[in-house]
Amino acid sequence: MKYDIVIIGGGLSGLVSGILLTKAGRKVAIVSSGHSALHFSSGSFGLFGQRDGNFVERPLEAIAKLPASHPYRKVGIDAITDYVKRVKPLFAEAGINTHGSEERNHYRLTPIGAFKPAWLTIDDYATVGKPDNLPWGKVAIINFNGYLDFYPSFIAKGLEEAGLSCSLKSFTLPELETLRKSSTEMRAANIARVIVGDVIGDVAREVNRLAGDADTVLMPAVIGLFDDEPVKLLREKVDRPLYFVSTQPMSVGGMRSQIRLRRYFKKLGGTYLLGDSVTNGVAEGDRMMKIFTVNLGDMELSADYFILASGSFFSYGIMANPVSIYEPIFGLDIKAPTTRSEWYHKDIFKDHAYMKYGVTTDDEFRVMKDGRTLDNMYAVGAVLGGCNSMKEESGAGVALMTSMKVVDNILAR
Amino acid sequence: MDDSTVNYQKSNISDNNFEQCIKCTICTVYCPVTPVNPDFPGPKQAGPDGERYRLKKPFFYDEALKYCLNCKRCEVVCPSNVKIGDIIQSARIKYSKKSPGLRDRMLANTDFMGNMATLVAPVVNATLGLKPVKKIMDATLGIDAHRTFPSYASEKFTTWFKKEARLNQSRYPRQVAYFHGCYVNYNYPQLGKDLVTVMNAVGYGIKLLEDEKCCGVAKISNRLIDEAKRDGKINLEQIRRAVLEENLTVIGTSSTCTFTIRDEYPHLLDLDNADVRDEVMLATRFLYNLIDSGKAKLVFRDDYKKRVAYHTPCHMEKLGWTIYSTSLLKMIPGLDYVPLESNCCGIAGTYGFKKENYNYSQDIGRPLFNQILGEHVDLVATDCETCKWQIEMSTGMPVANPISIIADALDIEATRRANSVNLK
Repeated sequence: MKYDIVIIGGGLSGLVSGILLTKAGRKVAIVSSGHSALHFSSGSFGLFGQRDGNFVERPLEAIAKLPASHPYRKVGIDAITDYVKRVKPLFAEAGINTHGSEERNHYRLTPIGAFKPAWLTIDDYATVGKPDNLPWGKVAIINFNGYLDFYPSFIAKGLEEAGLSCSLKSFTLPELETLRKSSTEMRAANIARVIVGDVIGDVAREVNRLAGDADTVLMPAVIGLFDDEPVKLLREKVDRPLYFVSTQPMSVGGMRSQIRLRRYFKKLGGTYLLGDSVTNGVAEGDRMMKIFTVNLGDMELSADYFILASGSFFSYGIMANPVSIYEPIFGLDIKAPTTRSEWYHKDIFKDHAYMKYGVTTDDEFRVMKDGRTLDNMYAVGAVLGGCNSMKEESGAGVALMTSMKVVDNILAR
Repeated sequence: MDDSTVNYQKSNISDNNFEQCIKCTICTVYCPVTPVNPDFPGPKQAGPDGERYRLKKPFFYDEALKYCLNCKRCEVVCPSNVKIGDIIQSARIKYSKKSPGLRDRMLANTDFMGNMATLVAPVVNATLGLKPVKKIMDATLGIDAHRTFPSYASEKFTTWFKKEARLNQSRYPRQVAYFHGCYVNYNYPQLGKDLVTVMNAVGYGIKLLEDEKCCGVAKISNRLIDEAKRDGKINLEQIRRAVLEENLTVIGTSSTCTFTIRDEYPHLLDLDNADVRDEVMLATRFLYNLIDSGKAKLVFRDDYKKRVAYHTPCHMEKLGWTIYSTSLLKMIPGLDYVPLESNCCGIAGTYGFKKENYNYSQDIGRPLFNQILGEHVDLVATDCETCKWQIEMSTGMPVANPISIIADALDIEATRRANSVNLK
């Protein structure tokens, strides 16, 4: 099977690359082995949130000062300044509605009641301009009975430290009681599936009753799995401002993002192969010619260009064994020391070196094997390494910016 | 650390990858049963979580694992490549103490039932359709009265083939073996005839296996494992003869039969098929490959005009071969192709026939039915026979295998000319 571009990895970077290339008229296939880290999303997308443990207020200014090894530097600050403006409209086209600005970070409320900087956040998640001046007045935190992946008292403690008063409430509905029969599966996605149609009105009624004299209501973000219609309906029916707080995984907002992006990619004509793994590739000289997958067997996928969007350790884009760190599909060159003790810090909360390991690329993000650049194979997103996206709150931004850059590089050829 | 440490780590992982589960619960999100049946513990709990306990003490086996459809959608979405469905089915085989009753044996023995029923098909069809009979089957056997039993053909596919087609087949320049399965043989021989039409048009003669048994999927899901294994061994012998001695590819028109022979034989029945597995495939994959590699051409009629939605059966999703069937459909110029979200239809073979599962089965399929009804199509295409029954019953829409659609849309004479088919 022949495509213009084959993308390995179906998470944020793979899907955004695929969408942009398909929109540019290219024939694109994405191979995804299982679902991506988007399912663990906080509901926010970070561009650059923290530097050396300090919150960053203006991400673009901070990005301009990053060291040359950072993937943002290869994208270039001019390109980033242009790309960041295009992300919100692109998400909206796919059906993911967000708020936020690249000019100044806002702050999202975390599942344990802290505030962290973010660039774009899914509409209706609880965010504030600045964490030292909370606009919510009296807050009612309302949970569903038996839902264990949400910790209202942690959130209340965080908000009370910031000077707000909180009340904690919970309720149930017959539909949710049915779910509770299975104690292990009272989970976000299952709740989201139940709160649709007429049940939304029942939820609103309970919320209005329980909110008492609260000015603002916070609830776990477990509504709206396939689109945000149930969220909008509920907010219309609740008689005061209602915001959602991200939960422990699975993240309904993240799943909704994944589902919306994948549907949009397919609607544009893209091919998405789910549950398939790339086994190997065949290169001729400095060009990757074709790749093989478990499911397609001896029928190869050939393409003019390949994009590696396979993620970092979590997604098996990069792997480690006791003696080495490697890229498992193609054996691409990796920037990582061979001495195991250099990979990590003994204090778990410190900056671990392994978080920055990724495949080696040239300035165009083309990957390298045995010291030689592969002319038609690019890497995007977390597999690039070069930064500690957890410490920087930059994972989504790096995925998006490097994808957009690589798409431009390919379209320019 | 030396290489032996690395190798030890590798050898310390089970075949079903159960140690690789990171408890992320993505499987639970995409399980079709979990949202409709709270008595099912969910794939994570039923699979890798429960397995830890079962390995310690079989006492921890939970009969609620019977609610698993064996759709494998959990495996498709698992980011850690854990064979969750296999873990659950293996546990049912290994630990369940409930022995299959008469109803389950009847449903599982598609071969035996089919052979008996086709002898007196008009009587059986009329009888099975009668309301009183349905009520009796519901009350005595536990086969849900809402179900329309698939009708039996009055002439088996193999009988037709021997009478009408076999002699000509060896005159075609190339040959391919066909695993027709029980459905084509006893219920819907037209699909087999359509396959003969399409393959003949591109210059391939069809050869049947000498002694084909049921693939075994219904026996596996009803835990008649010894019987399934016995049939599987016979099938593998036949397939080996075709592949290794006669150098033929074995193609099927059922995604489930094909999947069972390729993957359930080694994973659940402990039948090693490694020497022939790659040469067992769906007809749509075989045909697509011929066209993609320039070895065959399809020419379609100008007057074919239909709006067709493709439904991905669960085992097709697991095979990852939807792309072949849909790519073929998209080649038909007059076919307006409508993609559907990949959702389980709920029937899962014999599962949906059982009275205790009927409501779950319909609840599982509802999002799919609603989507189909909303698309205003002329026809639904799918590679699975039980999905066909379920969708036809639940939406009233006609459902056809992609091979039948191709046969219908094909300009047979023009295709034969384009492939320079001359009989020997």
